[in-house]
Amino acid sequence: MSGHDSKYFSTTKKGEIPELKEELNSQYKDKRKDAVKKVIAAMTVGKDVSSLFTDVVNCMQTENLELKKLVYLYLINYAKSQPDLAILAVNTFVKDSQDPNPLIRALAVRTMGCIRVDKITEYLCDPLQRCLKDDDPYVRKTAAICVAKLYDINAELVEDRGFLEALKDLISDNNPMVVANAVAALAEIQDSSARPIFEITSHTLTKLLTALNECTEWGQVFILDSLSRYKATDARDAENIVERVTPRLQHANCAVVLSAVKIILLQMELITSTDVVRNLCKKMAPPLVTLLSAEPEIQYVALRNINLIVQKRPTILAHEIKVFFCKYNDPIYVKMEKLEIMIKLASDRNIDQVLLEFKEYATEVDVDFVRKAVRAIGRCAIKLERAAERCISVLLELIKIKVNYVVQEAIIVIKDIFRRYPNTYESIIATLCESLDTLDEPEAKASMIWIIGEYAERIDNADELLESFLDTFPEEPALVQLQLLTATVKLFLKKPTEGPQQMIQAVLNNATVETDNPDLRDRAYIYWRLLSTDPEAAKDVVLAEKPVISDDSNQLDSSLLDELLANISTLSSVYHKPPEAFVSRVKAAPRADDEEFADAGETGYSESPSQGVDGASPSSSTGTSSNVPVKQPAAAAAAVAAPIPDLLGDLMGLDNALVPVDEPTASSGPPLPVVLPSTTGQGLQISAQLVRRDGQIYYDISFENGTHGVLDGFMIQFNKNTFGLAAGGPLQVPPLQPGSSARTLLAMVFSQNVSPGAPNSLLQVAVKNNQQPVWYFSDKGLLHVFFGEDGKMERTSFLEAWKSLPDDNEFSKEYPNSVISSIDATVEHLAASNVFFIAKRKNANMDVLYLSAKVPRGIPFLIELTAAVGVPGAKCAVKTPNREFVPLFFEAMESLIN
Amino acid sequence: THEKALLDGEDDLCSCLPPPRSTKTRAPPIPFLLLTVRRAPSAPDRPLRPVAGGAPRNRAPVKGGGPRRSSRGAGDAETMPVAASAIYFLNLRGDVLINRLYRDDVGGNMVDAFRMHIMQTKELGTCPVRQIGGCSFLYMRISNVYIVIVVSSNANVSCAFKFVVEAVALFKSYFGGTFDEDAIRNNFVLIYELLDEIMDFGYPQNLSPEILKLYITQEGVRSPFSSKPSDKPVPNATLQVTGAVGWRREGLVYKKNEVFLDIVESVNLLMSSKGSVLRCDVTGKILMKCFLSGMPDLKLGLNDKIGLEKEAQLKSRPSKSGKTIELDDVTFHQCVNLTRFNSEKTVSFVPPDGEFELMKYRITEGVNLPFRVLPTIKELGRTRMEINVKVKSVFGAKMFALGVVVKVPVPKQTAKTSFQTTSGKAKYNASIDSLVWKIRKFPGQTEATMSAEVELISTMGEKKLANRPPIQMEFQVPMFTASGLRVRFLKVWEKSGYNTVEWVRYISRAGSYEIRC
Repeated sequence: MSGHDSKYFSTTKKGEIPELKEELNSQYKDKRKDAVKKVIAAMTVGKDVSSLFTDVVNCMQTENLELKKLVYLYLINYAKSQPDLAILAVNTFVKDSQDPNPLIRALAVRTMGCIRVDKITEYLCDPLQRCLKDDDPYVRKTAAICVAKLYDINAELVEDRGFLEALKDLISDNNPMVVANAVAALAEIQDSSARPIFEITSHTLTKLLTALNECTEWGQVFILDSLSRYKATDARDAENIVERVTPRLQHANCAVVLSAVKIILLQMELITSTDVVRNLCKKMAPPLVTLLSAEPEIQYVALRNINLIVQKRPTILAHEIKVFFCKYNDPIYVKMEKLEIMIKLASDRNIDQVLLEFKEYATEVDVDFVRKAVRAIGRCAIKLERAAERCISVLLELIKIKVNYVVQEAIIVIKDIFRRYPNTYESIIATLCESLDTLDEPEAKASMIWIIGEYAERIDNADELLESFLDTFPEEPALVQLQLLTATVKLFLKKPTEGPQQMIQAVLNNATVETDNPDLRDRAYIYWRLLSTDPEAAKDVVLAEKPVISDDSNQLDSSLLDELLANISTLSSVYHKPPEAFVSRVKAAPRADDEEFADAGETGYSESPSQGVDGASPSSSTGTSSNVPVKQPAAAAAAVAAPIPDLLGDLMGLDNALVPVDEPTASSGPPLPVVLPSTTGQGLQISAQLVRRDGQIYYDISFENGTHGVLDGFMIQFNKNTFGLAAGGPLQVPPLQPGSSARTLLAMVFSQNVSPGAPNSLLQVAVKNNQQPVWYFSDKGLLHVFFGEDGKMERTSFLEAWKSLPDDNEFSKEYPNSVISSIDATVEHLAASNVFFIAKRKNANMDVLYLSAKVPRGIPFLIELTAAVGVPGAKCAVKTPNREFVPLFFEAMESLIN
Repeated sequence: THEKALLDGEDDLCSCLPPPRSTKTRAPPIPFLLLTVRRAPSAPDRPLRPVAGGAPRNRAPVKGGGPRRSSRGAGDAETMPVAASAIYFLNLRGDVLINRLYRDDVGGNMVDAFRMHIMQTKELGTCPVRQIGGCSFLYMRISNVYIVIVVSSNANVSCAFKFVVEAVALFKSYFGGTFDEDAIRNNFVLIYELLDEIMDFGYPQNLSPEILKLYITQEGVRSPFSSKPSDKPVPNATLQVTGAVGWRREGLVYKKNEVFLDIVESVNLLMSSKGSVLRCDVTGKILMKCFLSGMPDLKLGLNDKIGLEKEAQLKSRPSKSGKTIELDDVTFHQCVNLTRFNSEKTVSFVPPDGEFELMKYRITEGVNLPFRVLPTIKELGRTRMEINVKVKSVFGAKMFALGVVVKVPVPKQTAKTSFQTTSGKAKYNASIDSLVWKIRKFPGQTEATMSAEVELISTMGEKKLANRPPIQMEFQVPMFTASGLRVRFLKVWEKSGYNTVEWVRYISRAGSYEIRC
């Protein structure tokens, strides 16, 4: 049945669009159809064929179903860009929705729902109403989904026309597929609405459980996923649900199985009988293991979920560790996840077998995998006290192979093992020291130095060993410098002889006068002062007994774990992040005429603040969830800041408020600031600025060709930066004639390439073209560009948040030159930059404004702005959980109120 | 590949058994065994349909178990069964072959982000789920095509990947078995038509090829639903798309009613260099080809322990002795009644027409490994190696394995090799850095040896790792199941009471059969 459509992709030499236009208006049916196919082919490869809109729509009136579908496809893509012309299609749609053929009726409704043009939406209502009550289940199931589409475009219309009720009626439909689609549509509408629309009562529960047995595999997924919202009333209810859901574990579709597992795990919380729970655990294990014989991508999803399940209920897979042994040809992402689960399942019973596997992996080819395997051995040693010795001997065997990265990784984990079991395994230090010269990675070097410092009294030549590093002190990475400093101090305190004395002088000198790293400098000064005032106290501090560490890497806290388990099989469970952390969807605010409801939200239920009129955004308005995204970056920052467990390391970790702030560039006016002057760019001048429009960040960039030749082939790249900002697509700049200029908006996206370290507003950009060398320049993205549309807070949540943040997190700054001439104008001006007004009060002759703003990763800023109208001088106080951002914030605020 | 693989051994097989009909399918070279020829089953065997009444769990649900609670609290998790906001098919260069937007929440330029941040970086292949900006990208590579799903909500990932897998199977069934860049370009109109049908607003709909082929055909003009009266109408196709038996159409008629069962097992083995079995399991599937009239009810009986016990218990008579096996897990095609399987342990179903995968199973206990591999590898100095591999077949003497391949990895710097084999041929394949030893036909209860000498270019510097990749083995053994699984019966019941002929054949092949050395 193979077709020959590829010919439609070939283009003729003549002007394509006029030719297509001619063919579309041909009197021959076949020619018209071929022409539409060519249009679709052109659309697919990204050519703009919107100018053919009228001609294509003219082909819509046809008996030919295939042609009709193609025209509809075209409409879906281009109706938005030609809303006025799209109306031309309405008549045909309405007519088709009454066609005797159910496939055409359904097609019309399905397509109309995809055309997001207001004018069309109005005409959709009547056909939709009819189709929801159609005799044919195929039409009804299509209409059910269409209600969700319409709700997404115009929620008000859906509620006014009673579509929600019609949709709820479909839950009782006798056709299981109609039921499944109605459930999917209702679940989706519920997600975007703050009001309770789709509640699963015990009555609907019965219906859904019955439909589950009959509908298609996908329908089963929709039903199971919406059942996971149902909270059983008691243990019996829960057992009843579980019993009905358990057979789904045998389904061939992995999505059905995982959704069933999700429900069972949720309901198990309520079940009190240990026998039932044990039995359920036993039943869940085999299907989970079976998922590992699916396609690698599905295996990956399954493994990420199993990782969560194992944390919650380790017994389920306790005896199945062998199935996680890596196959040689497993893709790397599957191997990595298997390894992680093996560590979690490792126990005294199976550790010997596991160690043999890890040792095998540690000699494979993929470097990342090998490193992770070595680290896994160390983590098992920390986790299982009785196996620690065996783990160490495996590590030593690996070190003896003398593969460089294996040795370095082994030293890093041995450092952790020493930390966990102090004074137990120092006998191996001699072996470690043999590899000293080969260490070239900062973390391995730092670990080795830590070991030497920690056991300085037992290593005869500790001073020689450390001294060998001192020559290169200034060139070492910060991590190594910090460890060298601490290790030298330890050495000096343990062996206060002449050699170490000289060393400590050199190190302290290097780490204070010669460095511009504030962390290092501050730590060195503290040591210096400690040593010079009271060496005994220094001993107590530096050589104090350290708290025991445990392997909690990749262990989630229990509330997050529960939230993720409720999201099994979804993206959230793959990322191990709560949905709010990566989904930014704005909930439809309840309608204005729902006053009763809005009032209740404000006065009645203080625990559900999301229901207020202002509660437009899900994350800022719900008091509980707004904390979650904040946690993420904080935890990440902590992880970066303290890779070496050291008492003073922690102490110094608090110092991040001292952020080096770069020289502010000239403030930006409407013409773009020049970032690459023509003198530097050999005639090419680039002006650019980050701007925010309609919730999207763009890089507004303009090129001026002052050279004597044409410049073309412009490309752009951004270095890692604090927010992970990167180009969302290629740079679209036409070839530049001499003397001409071009300006373009480049859409920016947030990638995961976030630069570590303290936040800064620096944006390093590289631009190249075909004629010149690569130009590098730095630009400054002021923080307010990042202020999100969802930054508005409700009064109460603002107050709560303000109170909940400690006073240490409050900072203030004076802007002596700023003049506020009108409060309203200022509020409006700030709102345009997504700094939202919350309240104001008068304090003597001063006006105090309260405002809120939010940057990506959910970091809120609570702002208090004090000024007298017309008088120069304003004071801005801010509270935020992430104090690293405060300098950036003040900088942005300055540009906003000036 | 299944049929192809089976074809390889054609000439080696005796054809003492009746060949299956060749009109609908190519004559399978490995003979099916006639399972049973029976009359239409008598009344007691009649499966009940619908099953609902039989299951003890269908009593009314607990009522008044407490006040009903709101289904949604403030911080409730968002669970959306949405699988996709947009789907792209790209070739290896990143050119768009097909794009279909299902939702408005992702921009049209997202494919650029995928190209820039995944395809053109080292990230490609390191993780199939990635977040860029506000969007998540789920991608799979199938032959020379990347299929990319873009979502912006907390979508159901396994649903999305499974959708891609099923969609590809659907396209293959339309294109005659191939799915690659050329097939896509040649059928793009059809693909767009199918994509419109199989997913609506990001929700997967019916993907059964059997049903879709009723009303989505390549010849649009001759579509059964075009309003021209001359066309042959397909009765109530829409009911079948949405019906309770969404995988079978009504009114099928065959002159001769036949069922072919293929039991295909993959044997997975991981053996340590010391010869101990680290991991061993069998994943099997039962493929079925049905040429049956009407709406038949089928019931399949296997020699699995639990099923037999349950059967004995239901019929209150002791189970027959004989070899039984324990299935670790089974999964079924959507046609199998799971509730009934759960309560009665019987596999009963109304099959789709034609070929489909009825069930998959997994077994870890009591696996009969068809081959033992005993490698000895000696390094003689820095430049020579002696490799000796002995392979023993441990299945019945009357059976034989086909297409046996043993791949022994050797170092990259291999310069010269020489071989001696007791059967088959061996050669050095530089592109996979392995010695490849092929034996076309390997009788049961025999052994074969290969001895090889390998000369290496002496290397400087670079420390080589201690271990080598594992020896890998490929084979297939017809009429042998590593699990010991047997089909005991297949009952067919249809209201017209016709006779059915059932055929069955078995084959075991290597899955990942690895021996560390």
